[in-house]
Amino acid sequence: MSNRDVASLERIAPELEPQSIPTPERDVIRFVQSDGSLTELGQSRGVDVGFAQSLYREMVLARRLDVEALALQRQGELNLWLQCAGQEAAQVGSIRALDAADMVFPSYREHAAALSRGVTPSELLSQWRGASHTGWDGAARRFHLYSVVLGTQTLHATGFAAGSRLADTDDIVLTYFGDGAASQGDVNEALNWAAAMKLPVVFFCQNNQWAISTPSSSQMGAPLHQRAAGFGMPAWHVDGNDVLAVHAVTEAAALHVRSGRGPAFIEAQTYRMAGHSSSDDPGRYRGTDEVTLWSGRDPISRMTALLGELGAAEQFFDELRAESDDFARDIRSACLSIERPRFEELFGNVYAEPHPVMERERAEFHAFASMLNAEV
Amino acid sequence: METMTLGGALNAGLRRALEADDRVVLLGEDIGRLGGVFRVTDGLQRQFGANRVVDTPLAESGIVGTAIGLALRGFRPVCEIQFDGFVYPAFDQIVSQLAKLRARSGGRLTLPIVIRIPGGGGIGAVEHHSESNEAYFAHTAGLRVVSCSNPNDAFWMIQQAIASDDPVIFFEPKRRYWDKGQVEPQPDLPLHGSRMIGEGDDALLVAHGPSVALALAAAAAAHEDGYSVGVLDLRSLSPLDLPTLLDEAKRSGRVVVVHEASTFGGIGAEIAATITEHCFTDLKSPVLRVGGYNMPYPPAGVENQFLPDIDRVLVAIDRSLSFQVA
Repeated sequence: MSNRDVASLERIAPELEPQSIPTPERDVIRFVQSDGSLTELGQSRGVDVGFAQSLYREMVLARRLDVEALALQRQGELNLWLQCAGQEAAQVGSIRALDAADMVFPSYREHAAALSRGVTPSELLSQWRGASHTGWDGAARRFHLYSVVLGTQTLHATGFAAGSRLADTDDIVLTYFGDGAASQGDVNEALNWAAAMKLPVVFFCQNNQWAISTPSSSQMGAPLHQRAAGFGMPAWHVDGNDVLAVHAVTEAAALHVRSGRGPAFIEAQTYRMAGHSSSDDPGRYRGTDEVTLWSGRDPISRMTALLGELGAAEQFFDELRAESDDFARDIRSACLSIERPRFEELFGNVYAEPHPVMERERAEFHAFASMLNAEV
Repeated sequence: METMTLGGALNAGLRRALEADDRVVLLGEDIGRLGGVFRVTDGLQRQFGANRVVDTPLAESGIVGTAIGLALRGFRPVCEIQFDGFVYPAFDQIVSQLAKLRARSGGRLTLPIVIRIPGGGGIGAVEHHSESNEAYFAHTAGLRVVSCSNPNDAFWMIQQAIASDDPVIFFEPKRRYWDKGQVEPQPDLPLHGSRMIGEGDDALLVAHGPSVALALAAAAAAHEDGYSVGVLDLRSLSPLDLPTLLDEAKRSGRVVVVHEASTFGGIGAEIAATITEHCFTDLKSPVLRVGGYNMPYPPAGVENQFLPDIDRVLVAIDRSLSFQVA
């Protein structure tokens, strides 16, 4: 709108001021500062050291998986890897706030959350080694397969939650998505649907600042946590690199949702420390200053400092280092022993009931393969 | 045996499915209080409650996406897409999510979801309300696609589709909703069986959904001229009932496919190719297609020139009958 338009609007209709305008971004909820010291809020909440150590352990192991998987990709053992480095606190803090029966619908970078749900390295790497589209049993792990078409899983989460309510159980659903996916129609349909039907869904947005090369500043016109109000649900804005704050906030959101008051929204400010994928080149679109800034906010090192300050024994760190080294060896051997499926099996995975085209093509493939083998 | 309209038969079939299985849930825009814009779900919300016959937000991707979540939670959702042309916002959820989830999960996940789509033209509707988009879905592995043409099939096929453990795209011929017919006490075919009507000693018309009645009228007119023309009501577009199709194609060696969809890349092309692959030496004429022209669906005032009519079908039959191999 030009200045002239604004001026004439004010002159003609001074009484018609907008009734609602975007509000500024709210400060994040933070318990632990980047240097490991507690905020006032963190001090008043106190820290359960044993619990903090268990969150810390999961973050460290997830980081190790990320490092090893990237190495395996660089060595040609994985086709692709999507690093989650930097986002461990957002994932571990949130998933540990759920009950075991609660279902989770992830996007595709939720490796730390996956490990927390018992997904094994072999199951996790299978997809990236080109052996499957998913390696784990989503129903058994209460962790659905990764969704690569962005945001689609938020609707599945919403429907699953509708099912929980129909079945009259008290389990809830949490779905992860990113700042980029938040622009998708499906995410906005899911937010609206869940709010309209008061469904038990926690919408957990990891704002990692980048959708491949597009910064979140050009992704949206209003902060994501402000958007939730328009849909009719409460929102929390949390330091996503502070595992204790993320856990507390998710616990609060889960409580709200479980009590039947409808969905809740969490925006966790975090950072994708690596490129979008192992094929990406983030140097083409972002400067090192920014990466350095976020390195200083690392979710693991701030907890290392905090735990040290709170008197965690040196033995704890030593044992975790040893466990992490063992884990790295396990990851490598698990990766190398992932087997590709027999192609013929795939014909049996498409339909639940017998299907003449699958049967015919499986027979054709079998005959063709047998013919080639006979010729050799 | 009872006489019903096609829409009434669908309503009765849905009611039976809701009664038979608590896990069946209906989702759609305006399907509850209103009973759907075509009244196919009339009275069902009153009988089964708003939790099982759900008036949804106006969001087709949401309807299919949440149906997937419900299915993962153990339910058997039946979605209504209000009109054929409104299904595209849900296209990703249907072809990338619903169709692929079973294969992507290595065969672990089962998605027993039915998506009902009133399809086809001929009712003088505004744009986006008269399309025949079955080929998009038939092209997609992981989906089953069926199309009913009469009240008896409507009644039984909707129940069979709901009982299927695979996703089924269920096309309803909206201009035939008010056609009346007998509904038999038992189904005589499985969901994916096709139905041969009449004897096709001279030629075979292959049709589905709204085009079956047209094919039958054309066959009757050809009969008056002394030709024996049979009609194969496909009923299932994916998978095709290949044994029946090929047997009937071989009988006369002259086949004309009729459908409302544009011909390029359509179901008729698949049928022509399939028959040619399997029955080449039995054919006495190329397989011909009569369908919509390859343009966006026209304004309703001229839709009758777009849609196959009896004259176009009879001309095609004549071409097939008079074709001589040089």
